[in-house]
Order: sequence, then structure tokens, then C-alpha cells
Amino acid sequence: MLSALIALPALGALVVALLPKGREELAKQIGLGFALLVLIFGVALATGWDTSSTARYQFAETYWWIRDFGVHWAVGLDGMALVLVLMSLVLVPLVMLASWTAADRYGGAFEEVAAAKAAEAAAKGGKAPLGAVGQRSAKTYFALILLMEAMMIGVFAATDVFLFYVFFEAILIPVYFLIGIFGGPQRSYAAVKFLLYSLFGGLLMLVAVIGLYVFADRGSFLLTDLTGLDLDPATAKWLFLGFFVAFAIKAPMFPVHTWLPDTAAQAPAGALVLIVGVLDKIGTYGMIRFCLELFPGAATWATPVVIVFAVISIVYGAVLAIGQVDLKRLIAYTSISHFGFIVLGIFAMTSMAQSGAILYMVNHGFSTGALFLAAGYLIVRRGSARIDAYGGVQKVAPLLAGTFLIAGLSALSLPGLSTFVSEFMVLVGTFTRYQVAAIVATSGIVLAALYVLWAYQRIAGGPTADAISRKGAFPDLSRRELAAIGPILAVIVLLGFFPGPIVNVINPTVDHTLSVVQKHDPEPTVAEAPGGNP
Amino acid sequence: MSTVILAAENFRAPHLEYGQLAPMLIVFGGAVLGVLVEAVFGRTWRGRVQIPLAFATLGSALVWLAILAANQKPHSVDAEGALGIDGPTLFIQGAILVMAILSLLLVADRQQETFVAEGAALPGSDAEAQSLARGSVQTEIFPLTLFAVAGMLMFPAANDLLTMFVALEVLSLPLYLLCGLARRRRLLSQEAAVKYFLLGAFSSAFFLFGVALVYGYAGSVKLGDIALAVSSGPGAATGVPVEVPSIVLIVGVAMLAVGLLFKMGAVPFHSWKPDVYQGAPTPVTALMASGTLVSAVGATLRVFYVAFENMRWDWRPMMWAVAILTMVVGAVVAITQTDIKRLLAYSSVAHAGFLLTGIVTTSTAGLSAVLFYLAAYGATTIGAFAVVSMVRDTGGEAGHLSRWAGLGRRSPVVAGIFAFFLLAFAGIPLTSGFTGKFAVFTAAVEAGATPLVIVGVLSSAIAAFFYVRVIVVMFFSEPEPDGPSVVIAPATAAAVALGLAATVVLGVLPQPLLDLAGSAAGQLFVR
Repeated sequence: MLSALIALPALGALVVALLPKGREELAKQIGLGFALLVLIFGVALATGWDTSSTARYQFAETYWWIRDFGVHWAVGLDGMALVLVLMSLVLVPLVMLASWTAADRYGGAFEEVAAAKAAEAAAKGGKAPLGAVGQRSAKTYFALILLMEAMMIGVFAATDVFLFYVFFEAILIPVYFLIGIFGGPQRSYAAVKFLLYSLFGGLLMLVAVIGLYVFADRGSFLLTDLTGLDLDPATAKWLFLGFFVAFAIKAPMFPVHTWLPDTAAQAPAGALVLIVGVLDKIGTYGMIRFCLELFPGAATWATPVVIVFAVISIVYGAVLAIGQVDLKRLIAYTSISHFGFIVLGIFAMTSMAQSGAILYMVNHGFSTGALFLAAGYLIVRRGSARIDAYGGVQKVAPLLAGTFLIAGLSALSLPGLSTFVSEFMVLVGTFTRYQVAAIVATSGIVLAALYVLWAYQRIAGGPTADAISRKGAFPDLSRRELAAIGPILAVIVLLGFFPGPIVNVINPTVDHTLSVVQKHDPEPTVAEAPGGNP
Repeated sequence: MSTVILAAENFRAPHLEYGQLAPMLIVFGGAVLGVLVEAVFGRTWRGRVQIPLAFATLGSALVWLAILAANQKPHSVDAEGALGIDGPTLFIQGAILVMAILSLLLVADRQQETFVAEGAALPGSDAEAQSLARGSVQTEIFPLTLFAVAGMLMFPAANDLLTMFVALEVLSLPLYLLCGLARRRRLLSQEAAVKYFLLGAFSSAFFLFGVALVYGYAGSVKLGDIALAVSSGPGAATGVPVEVPSIVLIVGVAMLAVGLLFKMGAVPFHSWKPDVYQGAPTPVTALMASGTLVSAVGATLRVFYVAFENMRWDWRPMMWAVAILTMVVGAVVAITQTDIKRLLAYSSVAHAGFLLTGIVTTSTAGLSAVLFYLAAYGATTIGAFAVVSMVRDTGGEAGHLSRWAGLGRRSPVVAGIFAFFLLAFAGIPLTSGFTGKFAVFTAAVEAGATPLVIVGVLSSAIAAFFYVRVIVVMFFSEPEPDGPSVVIAPATAAAVALGLAATVVLGVLPQPLLDLAGSAAGQLFVR
């Protein structure tokens, strides 16, 4: 069934791509239909989840794929993978809905170019040129999103290292085209930078994958065959590094984060939701699944250094976010800060911190998703991503300003919103083992308040900018736009009050990982947080 | 030593195993028939006879080869010890025949547009204008191609160094000629032919000198005897121990390596590749980039795995150095290229480096991986060059990269397929290029060549940059108003489709071919 869940969006991508030219509206409807179908299918599958099961992976399927390499088509979900897959499934249709006209009316989803061209034409007294920016088809956009969805499910569901690697690398291609075709003015620079960073990390990981196969000598890539390896410590450290660097680039962590701001500045907002919200989670997911579970000794060895870099990411990302003048770059830097929290939680190696880190992955997906969608709505109206181009939005478009505020508050971890729970768990869980790191990391929360509220103040508060106050120039959210961002905000609030079910699903993964790493909580503070935490 | 008097009673006719040799003999026979066709048939009939003849020749050779491989496990030295037929050789020959058929599709299809009307007419002369007006066609390209293919088949099968040298010449001479037969930009094409000929002749001389030195050490040109001499001292093969310093052997091996590495296009013997690939008619480039490479790698494997296996500690450092240089130089220099064919030439240099990474392993796994890589890379390469031959403007093929701007908008399918080939070259998963790279690198790590693999991976990352750059140009740039158009001819389209199918299938379901390569490699080379 899980294989079918991977195949369905891929099939959808094929169907959409094969539609005849010019059937853009139909392509979008079919694309959204497939995304909803996948969501329903995925939720139906998830209802079969057995919380009392002791199996490491549920819905597991294993078939031989390439016998010579010991490779299986092996998929299965544990608690962590399940929540990440469900998060992806929820985000995809919403992204499609949000990109509906952006991928169509201006013949492209690249908001800035489209708006600029429209303004240029308007100045000459003509109508907004339909597709004059260069006809970009919404068909391609929706097909790529569906293809990406199939690979996102595959990457989280793979329980074979080789299969994971295949999805990990292959997913770069649709993303590359999404940025390169639908991005802003410097899209090809951003796309190439994104691809090269990721490929470089991926190739380092390839060496580690090969090394794992050769030195483990199990003749198989199945994760179940590869746990509890008796590797030479030096070899294990090299292999750990191969995986870790790839995941650190993906996550992205300081100092290999520089691709993200450039990508964020150029990519269309819809695709960014998936890139930052889901794709980057592969990095932190991989740290738990591979770095910790396959090389526990090396992971313990590397922990101090990783924690230092995680704390640097938290503070550095937050400080740089304050200084940004570009809205999308700002959100990218906040993400670097948030990924620092996730990595900190993972490597603190306490059950509280690690549960918090996994919960953080989910919450950050929704919170950043909402931020990017709101930013996309702003940019497509104003035609600029510069913060100083705005002012007084809340008077003209109160609904839009409100959604932007809620999304921003979730980024600064306001109590009552989901991100607060996870950030709190990470910090408390870290404090029991690494007090200094936790204290320094706490400064990230203060800085978050600064970058979010200051940005909101400059955009939504103050006197209304001329370009915005003109009648009709800055309409409030349409029903479609609200339908896209509303559910995300609802989820953020819901998970803020009831994180329990998710934490219960996650906990077995955390227990397993920590037992592999042989770390026990300093004092027995087993994650009893779930219930009425906030 | 007794003097042998050649008299009737002690002359023994050489014993030939026709069944084992048939694939090569068929191709040679077809080539000779092709020459006769040129002599017998009139101008209008030549093309109509040559094309089916060439396809029938290659097809029947392939069928015979398949039967040979399926019916018995051939492991024999044939033709009085001149040729060795064994698992790896049959695999390589099969690959060469398949690639030759694919390339022939391009040759036959593009004949009117790609090849010169009359090779002897000077560029820009009245004679050329007349030949163009007459609509002449140089149908000799078909027998020439067949001769080249026959040489390619014989090269990796040669079991003694002299036969190998003959095969090398049989394979090279027709290619020198074919390189000079481009219809457009004839001076460039002729320059390529002369360069290829001069450098090729030079490297052949190196090879021959190497043969002489090795003969001086071992007292024999047979690979098996040389192996014996290497392990048990000079003269072991003849039973007469002699004193020869081992430096003779070392220098001999180095010179043989120069000849072989030149054909493969490994650094520092690669400088012919970009010029020749660019100047030659694209169908010929496709044949060279696939068939010649496969053949040269096959011969290298046989020489170093049979004759010199026992001195691998001597030649391995050299091969390591060449492999590292080849991968790095190929990938780095490719970045600066602006012509699509030159770019693919440097990419082919880098891939020769990846192949060398597999060759230095001297293990069965490495051999099997190299065989798979050859098949996968060859098919993708022909597909890529076929696409290059489709993108045309008024001056013939649009070679300059800037002319390809916006091709993805103009012809999304063709540009998409080309992008897929490029991703396969870059080794992205779910393409044959990834499977091949994975197999080669795994074998190399198993054989303790991890540093080579790390260099390989880093140069893959560099190489990815220029593959990606082509995709950027095709998909992310605005098309030029007078840009080239895609001219789709049926046979070329078939070659593209077959190359694409091979690239996809070997990426997604590689197990059958891996099995085949594994069982071929498992039989090892015959001695």
C-alpha cells in the first residue's frame, strides 16, 4: 500500500505532463485532484497505524531490486516518518491552491517578474501581458510538484539505504527545474547553486554509502541488516562524516547554509514551502535515521562539535535574519536558526529533546509554510520582496496582515502555537545535559521576537505606502488564498494545544534511536510532556 | 634452434575455428562485399545496396554472437593462438555490435546532410559545387564503417600483441578517413582527420615499440607467454633462460600503455579528442565515442589482466596517476567549453577516467563493473550525439552552446531527452550512469582504491556543473529568434529512442545486464 502511495503522485505527474498543450486549467484541476487523492489515501493508510505495535516499521514492504548490489525496494514507516509524510501530504495541495493563479495569470509563478512586467505594461497604457514574461506553463509546475511529492514520500519511507539515496538525489531534479523555470530574475544562478551544493553533499554521501556496503559486508542495504554494525571506529567516523555533511548541507546548518537564502530569494513561494518545509527536513531526518542509528559510536564522538555548530546556527541565523531587507531571505535565515534548534535537539540525546526535535520538524514545516505563503501573497501584490517597499498593509488588507502576523508569531514560538511546545521540549531536554548550549540557544527566542515583530511592524504598521494605498492596488486575500493558508494556521493552533497524539507516535522512534546510541536521560524525565504542556 | 624449411610436407594449414570467429569474419566479409558493390553497381544503386548490406552484416554478426554466447561457455584460444574468445570478449564484442548498429542508424539517416558529396573535391572549389549539384553521395562510408567495426571487434579479442597491432590499424585507418568527410565546415573536418591521423600514427609507433621491447624480454608476443615470462623470468616461455634487465619490460609496458590509453583518450593522451569529436561528422563521432572507447578499454583489460597481471604492483601506480589526471582534467577543462561536441568530448575523457578506476582493481567485480559501465555509457553517448545531429540551423548542426538557448521551450521533448542523457552522464540516480558509477566505485572501494573513488566523486561534482550548465541554457534562457530548429529524421529518432530506453532501463532495472556482465566477467580472460 505504501508503494502505491509513492506511485500515485508519480502517476499524477505523468498524467498532468501528458495533457495536450494549452489545457492549463484542466492540468491544474487534475493536479490538485491527484494531490487531494494522495492526501485521502495517506490519511486512510495512517488510520491503520498501530500504536501498540513493537515492529520497527509499519506498512513495511520489501522486494529485491538489484541483487548484485544487495538493494531492496524496501519501504516502511516508523513514527517519525509517518508524521513527516503526513505533513508533506497536507502541504502539497495547499501549495497548489496558493500557486493557482501565480502559475497561470502571469504565465509564471515568479511573482516579482510577473508583477514588474504587468506594471511596465500598465505604464504604457496596455493591459497586463498574458504570458509575455515567457510562457511558463502551469502544467509543468503542477507536474513537477507532484513528482516532487512522490519522491518526498519515497525518501521518508525508504528503509533501504540505497533506495533512500536514490530518492535523496533524484528529488533534486524536479526542485532544480521548479527554481530554474519559475524563479525570479536570477533564477538560474539560484537553481545551479542549489543543485551543486546538494549534489556535492550527495556525492560525499555516495562514498559513505559505498563504504558502508563494503565495510559492513552484510551484502544488503536494508536498515534492519545494518544496525548494530561492528565497524572499525576510524572507518565509522569517516562514514558518519560522509552522511553528516550531506545532511548538514540539506538541513542547512552553518557554515554550509549559504545556498538557502539565494534559493529562497529566487524560488517561487509555493515551491519554497516544499523546499524549506519538507525537503530540508530530509537532512534532520537523515541525521536521526542514519547518522545516529547506523554509527552510534561516531555520533557520540561528534556530538560536542555538532552542538557547537547547532548553537552557532541558531544565533547566526537569527542575527542575520534581523538584518535582511528581502522578505524571503529573512524567512530563509529564520529557518537556519530553527534548524539549529532541531539539530541541537537531535544531538542532545535525551528523549525529551529528541521528541521535541521531531515535533519541531513538523511544526516548522507548517510554520515556515505559512510564512512563505503569506510572503508570496504580499510579493505578488506589491511586485517586490523588499521590506521597505511596504508599509501600512494592515489598513489596506487586514486579513492578509493578520495571517502574516499569526505565521510570524508561530515562528517566534508564541505559547499557544505549536512551535512553542517543540522549542520548549528541545530547550528543556538539552538543558538536562548541556546547560551552556541550552542557555545560549535561548537567546534565539529573544532574537526571534525581534526579527518577526520588527518585520511585521515595517510591513503592516506605520503609514500606508503610496503604491499600496492606491485603490485596488493591494486587494485583501481572495477566498482561494485564504483556503490555502487557513488550514495551515488551523493546524498550527491545533498542535499548539494538542501535541499529544503526535508525540505518542514519535516516541517509539526516539526510544529506539536512543537505545541504539546507548544514551539514557540524565535523570528519568521520560517525555511525559504531551498532555497539557502549554 | 633448427632452421625451418618451408616445404610442402611440413607446411601445415592453420587451423581456424570458424564458428568462434564468425562474428568478426562476417563483418570483414560484409566490408569486402561493400567495396565490391562500389565497383560493380552504378551510382543510383549503390546507396540502396550498401545500407541494407551494412545492417544485414552487423545484424547477422550480432545474432551469431548471441547464439555463440548462449549455446556454450566459450573459453578458447583460436586461430593458432592469435585470438582469444571468452566471456568478457563476447560481452565487449556484443556491446560494440549494438553500438555500431545504433551509429549506423545515424550514418544512414544523415548521410545526405552530414557526409561530403565527394571527398576528393577541394573545399570551395568548382568541383565541390558540381558534386553538390549532381547530388553525389560518398557511399564508401559504409564499407569503411564496417572495416572500422571489424577492427574494433578484433582489437579486444587479440591474444598476441602483433594481432592486436593489426587490429588497432584496421580500426583506426577507416576512422581517420571518415573523420575528414563532413559536409559542412570541411576544413575543420579535414583538420580533425589530419590531427587524428598524425597523433594516431604516433601512438601506434609507441605501441609497436612497446611490442618490440616486451618481445625482447619475453621472447614471445603471445599474451600467455608474456605472463609466464613475467612470473618466472625472461625466456620461460621458450625454455631458454636469458638475461634481460627488467627495465626493458617496464618501458615496454609503459609504451604499450601509451598506445592503448591514447585510443581510450586518457590524460595526457587525450588532446586529440576534442578536435576530432568536433570536426568529424556527428555519426562518426558517435561511433568513435562508443565503439572505439569500448574496444580500447577491452584491449587494455586483456593486456593488463592477462599478460601483466603478475606485475600489477608495477603498473598500478601509473594507472592510478593516469586515472586521477584523466578524471580531474576531463571534468575541469570541460567547464570552459562552449561547443557542445567538444564538451561531450571532454566528458568522454572524464568517463575514461572513471573506467580506469574500475580497471585498476584487477578483480572480477571490477571487470564486471567496467563491462556494465561500457555498455551503459556507450548507449547514452550515441543517444546524446544523435540529439546533437538533430539540432540544426542553416549552417548545419548548431554546435555552439549559445545557439541552444531556449531549446527547452521550442522542442521540449527533444531537449528533455537530452537533459536526461546529461543527467545520466552526471550520474544522477535512476539513470544508467548512476548504476555504472556505483558498480565501478563499489568495486574500487572493495579493492582498496578509496582515494581514487574520492577523486572520482569530486570530479563528478565538477562534471555535474557543466552538464547542468547545458540544461540551464536549454531550459532557463530565452530562445533566440533565429535559433536552430530540431530536424527529426526517422532513423536518428530511432537511435535516440533506443539510447533513451537503454539509459532508463539500465538505471531502473539493471539486474539482467549486471547478471550478464557478472557471468561474462566470471569466466575471466582466456590465456
